[in-house]
Amino acid sequence: MSLLDHADTATRPAVGRSPRRRRRTGRIPVALLVPATLGLLFLVLPLAGLLARTPWTTLPTRLAEPGVLTALRLSLLTATLATLLCLALGVPLAWLLARVRFPGRRVVRALVTVPLVLPPVVGGVALLLVFGRRGLLGGWLDSTFGITLPFTTAGVVLAEAFVAMPFLIIAVEGALRGADTRYEEAAATLGAGRWTTFTHVTLPLIGPGIAAGAVLCWARALGEFGATITFAGNFPGRTQTMPLAVYLALETDLEAAIVLSLLLLTVSVVILASLRDRWITSP
Amino acid sequence: MLDAHLVVEVGRFHLDLPLRIGAGEVVALLGPNGAGKTTALRTLAGLAPLSGGHITLAGQDLDRPDTRRWIPTERRRIGMVFQDYLLFPHLTALDNVAFGPRRHGADRRGARQQAAGWLARVGLAEQARRKPRQLSGGQAQRVALARALAVDPALLLLDEPLAALDARTRLDMRAQLQHHLARHPGASLLVTHDPLDALVLADRLVILEQGRVVQEGDAATITAQPRTEYVARLVGLNLYRGRASGNTVVLEDGFRLTAADQHDGDAFVAFRPSAVALHPHRPDGSPRNTWPATITGIQRHGDNLRIQLTGPIEVAADITPVAAARLDLVPGHTVWAAVKAAETHAYPAGPAC
Repeated sequence: MSLLDHADTATRPAVGRSPRRRRRTGRIPVALLVPATLGLLFLVLPLAGLLARTPWTTLPTRLAEPGVLTALRLSLLTATLATLLCLALGVPLAWLLARVRFPGRRVVRALVTVPLVLPPVVGGVALLLVFGRRGLLGGWLDSTFGITLPFTTAGVVLAEAFVAMPFLIIAVEGALRGADTRYEEAAATLGAGRWTTFTHVTLPLIGPGIAAGAVLCWARALGEFGATITFAGNFPGRTQTMPLAVYLALETDLEAAIVLSLLLLTVSVVILASLRDRWITSP
Repeated sequence: MLDAHLVVEVGRFHLDLPLRIGAGEVVALLGPNGAGKTTALRTLAGLAPLSGGHITLAGQDLDRPDTRRWIPTERRRIGMVFQDYLLFPHLTALDNVAFGPRRHGADRRGARQQAAGWLARVGLAEQARRKPRQLSGGQAQRVALARALAVDPALLLLDEPLAALDARTRLDMRAQLQHHLARHPGASLLVTHDPLDALVLADRLVILEQGRVVQEGDAATITAQPRTEYVARLVGLNLYRGRASGNTVVLEDGFRLTAADQHDGDAFVAFRPSAVALHPHRPDGSPRNTWPATITGIQRHGDNLRIQLTGPIEVAADITPVAAARLDLVPGHTVWAAVKAAETHAYPAGPAC
């Protein structure tokens, strides 16, 4: 044992470490460094451009315009409601995909990710075909419950949830697969059925994964544009979220578009950063 | 209490283990890796199904493939201590122990009270508010034991409960575990590959090799009369099988050993490694069992050295450092091995048990 200890410390004395590390950084291949730097610039430059063109002097008055806060409030509200909807439906679906063997599971898993690859506009059209007034379910919903979804705030939530749910499901399913199922076995030996095990053991264990998925989902919902404008339209105060307001402003007033973009960017960065500190990095 | 015949067939692995454990009895299931110990434990817990046979606990059939009877894990009267404990990381020690009673119908306060009682019994009243990651290995092991016992199991299952502990803690925990197992009114099954755990904790040993029981009995019988090489190695004996006639046992390859006991027919011969003496040259005089042997390995064994030898028979010899100094102990060298007939023990190789 003592022999081993000596050998161990001899191979990595404090002075021996730093030169080795320095040598390793010196050897970063140019073929990797150049595209990496270009990639970073590509992502950061547009943001810098946004900041450079911001009309800082008129910013306070522009922010105080009535439509701006309405759109922001609607965006935050619908993105949060969409995330809650995704949590309520997506977590059980992720559990099913991760924990239950059933025929066609691979097909279901592929179907779940379809909204990821589908252009959001197409998603909006598809939603219209199902939930529209003459859609598969929409007509029935209208005649039975008097519920109309297209071109309402609820429609915005639906469109955002459709596009954002795969992000949540993929994150939660990954967390479930990574979680040690033997904790669930231990719960069973203590008399817990599957539902109790899910609520008392599985959910707390994958809490960080769910939080990460919810944040991704929320961020995606907040930026949603295509499906929303197709399915819910662009009515100020009712369905006009920030991305829609930016798009509309772009046609008439570039500076207004810049201000709205900056606001959306700031709000989402601040919220994501604070959530990341509180939930995601904590074990 | 437990009456089971565990039959599991998975691919080419075949487990066939009859097992009966009385109330208050502690049985150790001992065997090399891959013998089927964990599989047996998982079928009893309902974490894996039987292919045949049955499990009957306290008069209730838990699993009987013939009649398609199956009671799921959560409705079996069992408690299980897992090898790495599997304490729920998000719950305190107290809530970990209270988890079982809560699921068995106790209200929150009642469950916590029971849990506090169990934690006090395992000497962890002070640590009740700690999370598992703040507990030492020995403390986590005791919380796991308290958690399993708190559901008042008819069958307590322990999967290598001491394997994750360091040597010092292990000694201490073994004594404590013995104390609690002795007080447990239900049946207990301990799976281990450590013979010492089995000898100290169990009333009866069942030895499993390749899915089958090779020997069963109390510690004294098994240590005195091992029936397979694995068991012999476990209890530290040299063991050979052959045909006895009178004092002589002829091994399968024709090698002859002279034993103290007289037998006729199939027999085992066993002797301790310390009964083997090594000489640089052929010894004169008394020992009748003498043969040239080649050194294949040398290890420390307590205060002595354990020498592995090959030759007409594979044998382990324990010699003192003083004796070692007189010999040229280098792997590959040939020495003379000798065993006095009086130190060998022959017994019939009938069916196991």
